[in-house]
Amino acid sequence: MSTSVRYDQASLVYPGTTAPAVASLDLTIEPGELLVLVGPSGSGKSTALRMLAGLEDVTDGRVLIGDKDVTHLRPKDRDIAMVFQNYALYPHMSVAENMGFALKIAGTPKADIDARVREAAKILDLEPYLERKPKALSGGQRQRVAMGRAIVRQPQVFCMDEPLSNLDAKLRVSTRTQIASLQRRLDTTTIYVTHDQVEAMTMGDRVAVLKDGVLQQVGTPLGLYEKPVNAFVAGFIGSPAMNLGTFRVTDGHAQIGEGRVPLPRAMTGALKADTVQLGFRPEALLPAGKGDPGSFAVEALVVEELGADAFLYGNLIGDELRADHIVARIAPRSVPEKGATVWFTIAPGALHAFDTETGLALPTD
Amino acid sequence: MTTVEVSKPAPKPAPKQLQRRRSDRPLLASLALHATLLGATVIALFPVLWILLSSFKPADRIQSSEITLVDDPTLENYRAVLFDTPFPTWFLNSVIVAAFTMVIGIAMSATCGYALSRFNFAGKRGLMWVFLITQMFPVAILIVPIYTIMANLGLIDTKPSLVIAYLTVAVPFCAWMLRGYFDTIPKELDEAAALDGLGPFGTFWRVILPLARPGLAVTAFYTFLTAWGEVAYAIAFMQSRNKLTLGAGLQQFVPQFNPQWHLLTAGSVLILIPAAVVFFFAQKHLVAGLTAGGTKG
Ligand SMILES: Nc1ncnc2c1ncn2[C@@H]1O[C@H](COP(=O)(O)OP(=O)(O)OP(=O)(O)O)[C@@H](O)[C@H]1O
Ligand SMILES: [Mg+2]
Repeated sequence: MSTSVRYDQASLVYPGTTAPAVASLDLTIEPGELLVLVGPSGSGKSTALRMLAGLEDVTDGRVLIGDKDVTHLRPKDRDIAMVFQNYALYPHMSVAENMGFALKIAGTPKADIDARVREAAKILDLEPYLERKPKALSGGQRQRVAMGRAIVRQPQVFCMDEPLSNLDAKLRVSTRTQIASLQRRLDTTTIYVTHDQVEAMTMGDRVAVLKDGVLQQVGTPLGLYEKPVNAFVAGFIGSPAMNLGTFRVTDGHAQIGEGRVPLPRAMTGALKADTVQLGFRPEALLPAGKGDPGSFAVEALVVEELGADAFLYGNLIGDELRADHIVARIAPRSVPEKGATVWFTIAPGALHAFDTETGLALPTD
Repeated sequence: MTTVEVSKPAPKPAPKQLQRRRSDRPLLASLALHATLLGATVIALFPVLWILLSSFKPADRIQSSEITLVDDPTLENYRAVLFDTPFPTWFLNSVIVAAFTMVIGIAMSATCGYALSRFNFAGKRGLMWVFLITQMFPVAILIVPIYTIMANLGLIDTKPSLVIAYLTVAVPFCAWMLRGYFDTIPKELDEAAALDGLGPFGTFWRVILPLARPGLAVTAFYTFLTAWGEVAYAIAFMQSRNKLTLGAGLQQFVPQFNPQWHLLTAGSVLILIPAAVVFFFAQKHLVAGLTAGGTKG
């Protein structure tokens, strides 16, 4: 059945460059798991995927599929199907030929190919288009053909490189649920690359965050959301992003704007300087009254009403260390005016703290 | 009853035509342009037409410069060239040489162009420079060294000598051209093919070549023409009269004394036919947009 995939200290340095595009990647993907690889542009996500697919030569370390070391195998010997960001359908073949091409090369009997192509087409709603050429399809249909080409093969591993990035927002949402449920049904080990952290949160069994070719953290979506290991992951996961800022610490209290916020003892104990990088999510900001302990004032700049939620973007008043905006989730319908001053406190236990030098998370309890 | 005045939005002015339409051009400019084009066309076509018309004139009238073009047309010139001269043999020789040049030329330049487009190998840049530089030497300079090589190989007066010589002319250029064409085919298609189980040659054969049809058609036509009407190498390498190709053979009709213009004109017209046939088949493949729909983004 499904197999695991393992990167073992795998590195890749592109010819003509010095910095590795992927550095000593250690990552195991469990059998049947959907692992989402996220990171900003240029962080090495595609490179990691291409190392697994055999499209790039690994410079150092190993790549394993199941127990088999595939580091030096050719792509065709790895039994991997890939969905490319730009689909890469064969323009001169019909949809059915595109989907059945790998089987044809493998010498599968024609009747079997037909049956499997038709089955995949049924799953993906492509039956009316089987005889068409890719150029006569819409973007969403092409994307499904690319998926179909992958699933017809029943490979050991799926690699998907931002397969939804060419679709419009609505189609992207519906297709991502389709892909996730299809993957669960097929139970095929899958690595899914995206730079969209919402996709990562909604689709992945686990999420791996890359930055500059270095793996930052792997974990369940909620695990990353609640316990980011460093300030980068904290800021990357979640939408709107976590509020992050550097604040002065005196007497075990952080000075956030006008408010003095008590810090847990474990946190202050781990501090090496008199400043700390603090993070709190938009939903961790609770409305407060002026003068409440630990409350601080924010000047409202913009309020986004989304219907069920509203987000307030504002400036922290009385703060000299940070200039970024504060984002707070507030009750919709009766939102403050632009320019109004609003008071907030941070929900107990919702404070994240990071070392200002290393960015690593500090203990919170 | 009250009528409600519905205020219609004022019709938007039609977007200004950006492209210049024919009628915008002043009459005089239009006349001048067409006169120029007409003149150029006549200059280009006149020799061909003149030869075509002359080929139907009786042999004794061919040199008269009177403009009464065809008063008693005859096929006698064609009969003479086909049955009284070695023309059919030369024609066959040319077909064989051109066909081999075309087939081998396409095979070599397509594989070479693909390698240049997709793979990194030691000496790639050097190779491309060499291809360019060899194109800069005129035939007159190359003919002597190539003759020497052919002589050493014992190929003088054989068809392979010509095929090889023509390939040295056609392949570097065609490899460059095809490389440019292959570069326009997205690399992801190669990668998809590799994952689908094809090796490099399978990818080339089953995915890339079908998409490169227009480039291959141009290559076919170019290589064919390189060999078809060529004179200099043919005269230098071929010695027996019955081994000549057309370009060299036709020269035999017009020696310095007693040129036989009627044979030359009829032969020249016949020469056009295969080239036209090859062009006809090649141009059918000159279609745009073969790679459309394969990729996006
Ligand atoms: N062929 C190449 N040669 C040299 N450097 C490369 C090559 N391909 C990628 N890189 C570099 O490697 C790094 C990682 O690239 P990669 O394509 O893996 O990023 P990514 O995470 O997929 O980004 P994106 O989200 O923009 O697709 C980048 O800094 C990039 O510039
Ligand atoms: Mg990428």
